[in-house]
Amino acid sequence: MSSPLIKVSNLTVSTSDDNRTLVNSVSFEIAPGEAVGVVGESGSGKTLTALSLLGLLPRGVQATAGSISYDGKDLLHTDSETLRSIRGNKIAMIYQDPMTALNPVMRLGAQLIEVIESHEGQSGDATERVLTAFSDVGIPDPKRAYESYPHEFSGGMRQRVMIAMALLLSPELLIADEPTTALDVTIQQQILALVMHERRKRNMSMLWITHDLGVVANLVDRVIVMYAGRIVEVGSVKDVFTNPQHPYTAGLLASLPKASDKNRTRLVSIPGIPPKPWTVGESCAFSARCTRADDQCRTTLPLLRENSSTQAACFHLMGEKR
Amino acid sequence: MKEKTWFSYYLKSISGVIGGILVLVMFTISILSALGITPHDPLIQDPVNALQGPSAQYWFGTDQFGRDILSRCMDGMRRSMLVSVVAVSIATLVGVILGIVGGYFGKFLDGFVVRFSDVIFAFPAILLALAIVNSLGNSWIDTSLAIAVVYTPIFIRVARGPVLSVKEMDYVKAVRILGFSTPKVLFSHILPNVLPPIVIQVALSMSWAILTESGLSFLGLGTQPPDASLGLMVSEAQSLAAFAWWTLAFPSLFITIAVVGLNLVGDGLRDSLDPARRSS
Amino acid sequence: MNKRLPSTVFFTRLASVITTLFGISIFVFIVLRVIPGDSITGSLGIETGALTPEQIESLRAYYGIDKSLFGQYFSWMGSFLTGDFGFAYSNGVSVLELTKSALPVTIQLALFGTIFGVILGISVGMFSASKPGSVRDFAGQFFGLLALAVPGFVLATTLVTVMANVFGYFPNGFEYMSPWEDPWMNFQQMMFPSLVLGIAVAAPVMRTTRSALLETVDKDFIRTAHGKGVKHRVVQFKHVLRNSLIPIVTMTGIQFGYLLGGAVITEKIFAMPGMGRQILDAINKREYATVQSSVMIFAIMFVLINLITDIIYRRIDPRIK
Repeated sequence: MSSPLIKVSNLTVSTSDDNRTLVNSVSFEIAPGEAVGVVGESGSGKTLTALSLLGLLPRGVQATAGSISYDGKDLLHTDSETLRSIRGNKIAMIYQDPMTALNPVMRLGAQLIEVIESHEGQSGDATERVLTAFSDVGIPDPKRAYESYPHEFSGGMRQRVMIAMALLLSPELLIADEPTTALDVTIQQQILALVMHERRKRNMSMLWITHDLGVVANLVDRVIVMYAGRIVEVGSVKDVFTNPQHPYTAGLLASLPKASDKNRTRLVSIPGIPPKPWTVGESCAFSARCTRADDQCRTTLPLLRENSSTQAACFHLMGEKR
Repeated sequence: MKEKTWFSYYLKSISGVIGGILVLVMFTISILSALGITPHDPLIQDPVNALQGPSAQYWFGTDQFGRDILSRCMDGMRRSMLVSVVAVSIATLVGVILGIVGGYFGKFLDGFVVRFSDVIFAFPAILLALAIVNSLGNSWIDTSLAIAVVYTPIFIRVARGPVLSVKEMDYVKAVRILGFSTPKVLFSHILPNVLPPIVIQVALSMSWAILTESGLSFLGLGTQPPDASLGLMVSEAQSLAAFAWWTLAFPSLFITIAVVGLNLVGDGLRDSLDPARRSS
Repeated sequence: MNKRLPSTVFFTRLASVITTLFGISIFVFIVLRVIPGDSITGSLGIETGALTPEQIESLRAYYGIDKSLFGQYFSWMGSFLTGDFGFAYSNGVSVLELTKSALPVTIQLALFGTIFGVILGISVGMFSASKPGSVRDFAGQFFGLLALAVPGFVLATTLVTVMANVFGYFPNGFEYMSPWEDPWMNFQQMMFPSLVLGIAVAAPVMRTTRSALLETVDKDFIRTAHGKGVKHRVVQFKHVLRNSLIPIVTMTGIQFGYLLGGAVITEKIFAMPGMGRQILDAINKREYATVQSSVMIFAIMFVLINLITDIIYRRIDPRIK
């Protein structure tokens, strides 16, 4: 395998005032052209992990340890101008809620022009490029869209605008933070298809954040499962789906409806709710909800380890006899 | 665990505590003055001691007639507070009743109430108070009435807004369907919901009322000489301040402290009464 | 599409403005004509006692108060709408003439004061909001509180005393000069009163700016702007400030209106011959026609300013239709 495009090592994110850990020692890599999915419930730290890559963490939250190396630089410790020159240019992001992610008092065209101007200065063909970007993402009347304000567009159309904006400068990595969650189901499929198409066309790397394991099945090459601020399982999409090793991943899969399931067996949900990451301490965060947990799980922190199919942080892998 | 009252939240607000202390000091001063407890008689002239600087005998110095400025400031504060309390009480009572009734019943009555507030809002406060005092007279009751008219629409607006939204809420609808009488619905179910913004508004309006009252007496309307009023004292100090700074400084300080105090109390109330602003 | 107001909105607004103005005229009439009662006793004071009943009768007819209240209202409104604001007997000129020279002074003063206040208020607000909870935020908020609490007449009196007695500089001690006669003198005379009025405007503008900025900074689209690689300074002005402008404009509109009223006190202290002074003089001389018409003119200006604010507001917020 070639050298990774971006390498996250031991990323830890905490609240500034009371130092509660929200993301704990997360490490992963993304290879050039590779698509990685990060799956987890809300509060698992998946969105904070994604925002860390661009230094966009909200007020009151900061990365307290680790490194993110990209293009010979550590994005956690680089100067703000370097970070700015990467944002929207080399690494771009699309967000969960297209209704609030666009500036309500700025015309859509101007919001895209701004991306070009921020990285290339004044450019004569900027308008032309924006119109092309609009038509590439399937916006029916690019000229009208250029002059429109966000409130004149539906959620699906706004998300297309966001995608056009993110792809404008052909970034090496696209980070997508649940971009379909806020949309209607039919629109979701269109957006997924659009992103897949653009990714293949550009051979772009992608980090796709979602709470829905089902969404990433056809979309990514590799899956990272997060639970209470830590990575609990990593593997190729095929291995994770067919041969999950962590009981949590297995539980998630069991709760997905299967097209092949003709008997319509009841979906299984995992009982209980995830703990707050900072309350777990030196134990397996999933132990309270896990049917396989024993004293070891409640007193010792399991680390990621290789096994027959994936890497999982568990003492009692699904593939091992008990 | 015991549930926290708004007061424990209030005590957490630094502005609220400082403001509370300032307002308490000014209230105490007003009450002392009302009881006749001032260092000197605010009206007694003593030409021999005219325009004396601050000293052990006259802490704030004396004015052009040798009257004690501290005593006159205390007496002036009493008048300002009296007018402010009476004016804001009237404005609150009338404004809240009009706002709730208008908002609840809607239609013609509401149209009238809204139009009335629009009309009053079209006048700058001091100008309107000036016009009304000019027509009514210069007693403190006239001043209070004039200021009450000026600030009534604010309370109409503050009370009416929440009523419009609260009356559409399911529980209020349910109470109405259960057949409770209208006044009961209004006062036991709607009033508690609009109370917090009204309480905040009372503190802020009192501070504006003090500014308006002192502005009027500065212009020679309202309190007439020889009675003491903070605005009047500043007005008289215009020709004296160049060589007797204390004639300007102390009455100005009294007004400012009272207004700052009431504003800070308003901030403290906002922080403690609004659940969204309470920090855990 | 966004260039002009939809006509229905415009006409609803216009209808509401006209009813408000009608309400204002009735209110002014009640407060200034009905409550004080007979304006002959008012304007002539104790001398009325020396008049014969015939003289009083002819004076009543002269002043137009021999009619019923309705008659009086309609004759006042009729002449007001045709530009006849009454006659100021003590000055020997029509109120219209008085207003023609006084209104520009007040408007210039209010404009200068607003411009100064808005610049000051927005700057301090941005300064405060740039680091919430810090020393600079505290300093900014303290300034806002003081500007709110120190009455204009205290500030003005202090300023006059200090300038005139310490620096020996007091341009308002000279006869008032209009900007056409002597622009430099006019500017010097406008400077201090505008400063006093501006500080009063700055306080609420500062508070509004601070809270609007703090609210906007946490919005999703600000994160988007940073995520696009837009320079920090550009994000602050083009996105954060631009989106905070709506409440700031509203507050400025309200304050501009109140400035016209605050001018009553400031004009008196700085001897500016504006509308505020005109009203105060008329009150002192018991010229009821002047008071009534001038108050009416103030209210009309206030309503017009609200209308203008509303139009600006639609310009900066494309979501309002």
